[in-house]
Amino acid sequence: MHVHRFEKLWFGASLVLIVAFIGTIVYGAIGPGVAMVGDDGGTINAATVADGNFERTDNFRSPGVYESPDGNGVDVYIVARQYLFNPGTAQPIEVPRGEEVTFHVTSADVTHGFNLAGTNVNTMVIPGQVSQFDVTFDETGEYGIVCHEYCGSGHHTMAGQLHVVQQSQFDATAGGDN
Amino acid sequence: MATGHPDDAVTHSEDEYAEAEDGTRHRRAFVDRYPDAARIVRICLGISFAAFGVGALFGLIQALHRTGVFRFIPSSDYYTILTGHGVLLALVFTTFGIAGLFQWANTRSLGIEPPNATLTAAWLGTMTLGTLLAAGTILAGLFDAIPASADVLFTFYAPLKAHPLFYVGAALLIVGSWLAGASYFLQYRAWRSENPDARIPLQSFMVMTTMLMWYISTLGVAVEVVVLLIPWSLGLIQQVDPLLTRTLFWYFGHPVVYFWLLPAYLIWYTVLPKLSGGRLFSDPLARVVFVLFLILSTPVGFHHQYTDPGIASGYKFVAMTNTFLLLLPSLLTLFTVVASMEHGARQRGGSGYLGWLKSLPWAKPAFAGIALSGIMFAAGGFSGMINAGMNINYLIHNTLWVPGHFHLTVGTAFALTLMAVSYWLVPQVTGKRLQLYGVASLQPYVWFVGMVLMSNAMHRAGLAGIPRRTAEPQYDQFSFQAVAGSVGEMRIQIAIGGTLLFIGAAMFLAVMVATWTMGKPNSQLRVNSFLPEPMSGATDSPRVLDNLKLWAAVAILLVALAYGLPLFDMVADGVLSPGSLPVPA
Repeated sequence: MHVHRFEKLWFGASLVLIVAFIGTIVYGAIGPGVAMVGDDGGTINAATVADGNFERTDNFRSPGVYESPDGNGVDVYIVARQYLFNPGTAQPIEVPRGEEVTFHVTSADVTHGFNLAGTNVNTMVIPGQVSQFDVTFDETGEYGIVCHEYCGSGHHTMAGQLHVVQQSQFDATAGGDN
Repeated sequence: MATGHPDDAVTHSEDEYAEAEDGTRHRRAFVDRYPDAARIVRICLGISFAAFGVGALFGLIQALHRTGVFRFIPSSDYYTILTGHGVLLALVFTTFGIAGLFQWANTRSLGIEPPNATLTAAWLGTMTLGTLLAAGTILAGLFDAIPASADVLFTFYAPLKAHPLFYVGAALLIVGSWLAGASYFLQYRAWRSENPDARIPLQSFMVMTTMLMWYISTLGVAVEVVVLLIPWSLGLIQQVDPLLTRTLFWYFGHPVVYFWLLPAYLIWYTVLPKLSGGRLFSDPLARVVFVLFLILSTPVGFHHQYTDPGIASGYKFVAMTNTFLLLLPSLLTLFTVVASMEHGARQRGGSGYLGWLKSLPWAKPAFAGIALSGIMFAAGGFSGMINAGMNINYLIHNTLWVPGHFHLTVGTAFALTLMAVSYWLVPQVTGKRLQLYGVASLQPYVWFVGMVLMSNAMHRAGLAGIPRRTAEPQYDQFSFQAVAGSVGEMRIQIAIGGTLLFIGAAMFLAVMVATWTMGKPNSQLRVNSFLPEPMSGATDSPRVLDNLKLWAAVAILLVALAYGLPLFDMVADGVLSPGSLPVPA
């Protein structure tokens, strides 16, 4: 089989490009430590979430912002449902600047999305699963929260806010039902 | 060009002509040689284009509604329109269009009619019934009086529930496509019994590798719909696992894009070189590319689920590696397509490093459309590389970037190629000369400009975080910050681009309807079906390339490796759990 010289060159260059792409992703994960959503959050019974019986689960707490049990940073528990985030929609989620914020997001009904607009804080919110991921905000500011997965006829109204505040102004009891 | 006639010496053969009893020579079109196959192609393209018309209209409604330029439906109905747009264009327009193209390509390259009229009627009937059920259920959602709807979008993620007939329709459309594939394979077998030692003709090889990939990948969605969603929507089972059903969908949901793309590649490899005035660069490389797609298309679905909880990062990484390897056959295609076009241009007298581009037949609608779709696909390929990057994806997942991307791929690489090749193919399967030639010549450029406007704005809107799949991407709580340009300017570009695309679709349909209704049968056609032999032919290549059983086995093995453990993880706690009740109940 005759393969033209240019074709061989192109083939080799393509392989180099592919390896380079995979390399950049590996570097992003190991070097800057771009965190991604995996299966760490565990599963949860969607009916339990819908009924608010959070005492029955060991991987989710009543929606709100908490000091982390290990003393480092905060944990934010968020329930998405048609068509609001709790906390987030009725009142902004408040988190401290410069500390590790661990998000735990789940759904009470259908599949939703959770995206801080214009950032890479982005996860699907799937009934039965808890999305868990860490974010550290280096600066104070306000972010919009968008539900980015179609979740029913009122989907376009589903949004919220997250405020990053100075540690001195941060109050772990702000936000949520608790 | 020797003669000044649109068809120069390279692009036709004496086989195309027959001598009539009165001694005159007539060109024999595809319809004259294979009337049965031509009829099947006409039916498929007819249904495909009808779906295209409705889907394009829905697209226009969305483009104007989302951007706030013109809203005449309630925003809650937007999602019915969006579901219709996705299903009619991404499933019906494509599947029927591909079934027609493949029937033509298989018949033309094997040189025999489809073997079994009953099977043909069965697959056409099944696909049509499925389409009517699915589309009917979606459209019923617009009318309150009809107690059925399917506002679940193209991806129908449980636990959002559609009327059971929607799922039945989707299943029938896919089962019908399986029967169509069976018909192509039987046609090949009939050819093989007459040609025991010959290499598989290139177009038939492409048809069969694509269909094998389709069989392997549609298994996921078939199991999802038939085993889980139909019984669930009927109330026979209480709940389904949303993550499992999504995973089965995306097991199918990425290879389906190659099911759209490979027929376009078939045209780029086998027809575009001829339309450029030359011949294909290499037949063996084309086979290598299709084999790579067969084995790599399916074990990549997790790249649509990078942001999903419940799937270990390691599985996502494996899918990403496979996805980047899939770049290889597309990059090889880019080389071959450009090289073949350059060869054609130089045959036509072109010269210089880039000067040869001027010698291509840009005024001919079939060439212009296919070439422009290839250019857009290159851009779509680059944004696809961003999508494929596991951590970069987090910036754009489910933003407007994503539809910006796939309107370049399925929405142009496939759609514009199908439209453009129709300018060449429809005269051959009808025997009618193309009407409104001027409209046809302009149409690819209208589509191209419309897509440049809409797609670039959608990509940039995605970088600003503006979500896809929403009726009103404007929120009280905050506003989006554009990275490049302004949000208002993007909206205008999307509205104008969407309008131009609709005009482009209408121009195409006008040409098709005019050709169908006003063209005279047995016309002297401007086009002929002759496809010149490649510069390096199949005989130079190893015979193992034609061993379809081997490649299918490798493909299944890779799927088992990529999906075995993750699926086991998901069903280990019970197939239906963690479960969700349907919404609405």
